[in-house]
Amino acid sequence: MDLPVDVQLDLHRRMVRIRLFEEAAGRLAESNRLPGFLHLYVGEEAVAAGVCGALNDDDHITSTHRGHGHLVAKGGDFNRMMAELMGKATGYCKGKGGSMHISDTSLGMLGANGIVGAGSPIAVGAAFANKYRGRGQVAVAFFGDGSTNIGAFHEAANMACALHLPIVFACENNEYGEFTPRDKTMAITDIVDRAAGYGMPGVIVDGMDVIAVHEAAVEAVERARSGGGPSLIEAKTYRFYNHHGVQNLGLKYRSDDEVAMWKQRDPIFTLEDRMIENKAATRDQFDAIWAELRAGIEAAIAFADESPYPTPDQIMVGVYTSMSGAK
Amino acid sequence: MADERKLAYVMAFNEAVKQQMEADPNVFCAGEDIGAFGGVFGTFGGLQAKFGADRVVDTPISEQAIVGLGVGAAVTGLRPIVDLMFMDFICVALDQIVNQAAKLKYMFGGDAVLPLTITTAGGGGLSAAAQHSQSLEALLCHIPGLKVVMPSNPYDMKGLMTACIQENNPTVMIKHKRLLGMTGHVPEESYSIPLGKGNILRPGKDVTIVAYARMANEALIAAEELAKDGIDCEIIDPRTLQPLDTDLIVSSVKKTNHAVVVHEAVRFGGLGGEIASQIQELAFDYLDAPVTRIGAPFSPVPFSPALEQHYIPDSKTIVQGIRDVMARV
Ligand SMILES: Cc1ncc(C[n+]2csc(CCOP(=O)(O)OP(=O)(O)O)c2C)c(N)n1
Ligand SMILES: [Mg+2]
Repeated sequence: MDLPVDVQLDLHRRMVRIRLFEEAAGRLAESNRLPGFLHLYVGEEAVAAGVCGALNDDDHITSTHRGHGHLVAKGGDFNRMMAELMGKATGYCKGKGGSMHISDTSLGMLGANGIVGAGSPIAVGAAFANKYRGRGQVAVAFFGDGSTNIGAFHEAANMACALHLPIVFACENNEYGEFTPRDKTMAITDIVDRAAGYGMPGVIVDGMDVIAVHEAAVEAVERARSGGGPSLIEAKTYRFYNHHGVQNLGLKYRSDDEVAMWKQRDPIFTLEDRMIENKAATRDQFDAIWAELRAGIEAAIAFADESPYPTPDQIMVGVYTSMSGAK
Repeated sequence: MADERKLAYVMAFNEAVKQQMEADPNVFCAGEDIGAFGGVFGTFGGLQAKFGADRVVDTPISEQAIVGLGVGAAVTGLRPIVDLMFMDFICVALDQIVNQAAKLKYMFGGDAVLPLTITTAGGGGLSAAAQHSQSLEALLCHIPGLKVVMPSNPYDMKGLMTACIQENNPTVMIKHKRLLGMTGHVPEESYSIPLGKGNILRPGKDVTIVAYARMANEALIAAEELAKDGIDCEIIDPRTLQPLDTDLIVSSVKKTNHAVVVHEAVRFGGLGGEIASQIQELAFDYLDAPVTRIGAPFSPVPFSPALEQHYIPDSKTIVQGIRDVMARV
């Protein structure tokens, strides 16, 4: 544990922000206050926090259907996120996108994505543009284990390596794609095995340990920024809730023991315990952080509740850009 | 009718698959989460338990390979049913659908048989946003070599799904997500509805409404509303969009002299344009007003229910459209 305490606290803060946002979203969905689909990131916070903690504000990320955590970790605003989930005009996407398309281009967050695997090629494009402009920015593609079975992932990984682009492929291996376990859909156990096939270095990290994720991310981001090309990080992690929403839809596709085992390894509490043990922080300090951030989420719910819905005249707004691109 | 057995649309699909799997050992299913889980919409529920994991196959998230699996297995003698969870995902598999499945037979000089059924779920109304709500049927109907069906009720679902599985050409069966729970009379015994045969859902004399999938049901509601004003609507549900039952549509229009085409898909470039064009080519002299198209505005499907409810046509939009057409007389 050599990371400076302020860095550890920063990673902790990012994780707690994700947890509070997601728990609140889950509660709202359960009381039917959120329209549409909701894929929660609870349990996987260390991945988004550890990786985004290694990025600059002007670096880019692409995300997945499980995208709230990535936006929060990149600095997303609770108010605009909550308003978007409710389909309000004040939301990040003005109510056009919702949970599955939440995005903030000003934070370099190029969108959650409803199409599995579709984010990775877009990250390659962002990495290409970053290299092209030569400003030293990098791109990160977040993606699930299941998405590595899609052609788009393969094409993106290969092209990134062929063009030697400044990109990090960050895999959230939670062992399931929807309700189907990984071992039914691929004959390898570790996603990192794929990296060699494209010619990039890959590492496995404990995705419940934010420090481990962060250290691997710092190394990969540094490699990308300094012209060393792509890397793949496989974070072994787990989602605490169902694929979609909170409830288990009645079908037991994961055993209680398995879920309990992973919950024991909660990434936030693990970090807190360790920091307290190492005298890097106190319980009171953490309590104060939770209380402060919780107030932020309550305010965001109130903001979203009070916000207006978009009006029907907005349907046709934003389909095309009206400005000319001619130089 | 004493023995009117009722079944949900989703179970009518399921029963057709089950009966065809019982009848023909060459029929198998493959798709994401269709095995133990029975498909995210429950469409394949219980089938893996009944037929085993070799005939009801959980696949990786690999739409291109899923359709390719179907193409390759079909051309070598099996009768695959391959599932793409949401219609939007056909875009991920378009090469296999458009350049392979649809064309192999023709390119091989006719010397290939492709008894392939692609099943998927289309339509909006669930706040599922722009990548999980589309109605892309026009895209498929434009491709020679494919047949496309979009049932509007449980009875048609079972009969058309049976026909798709028995068909020796590639078919795309598009379930509508908002109709999955709709119940109606479905006979227990196996039956098929010929592909390309439309249905008069409601006979009438004043105006022909051509509508399919969920919009056929909205048209029925609209027709009841208009009946109060003495406007008698005839509703034609083509059921199969490719091949299209042009004869049925045209003979109805020749009787009513008015036509309105309704679909949930974006109006521009939608099937409504094709149908309207065929009507004016074949029944121009019978028309008392231009053929009207009702469809979604030219934007992606918005997420917010506050927008989506105005985006998708409904019975009110149809009532208004028909009043406009009748007012021109
Ligand atoms: C192209 C495509 N196919 C299928 C789906 C349906 N779907 C949504 S999430 C998901 C599972 C994704 O698994 P994984 O990549 O491991 O991410 P996780 O949900 O585990 O975070 C599937 C199959 C989709 N959205 N897009
Ligand atoms: Mg997964």
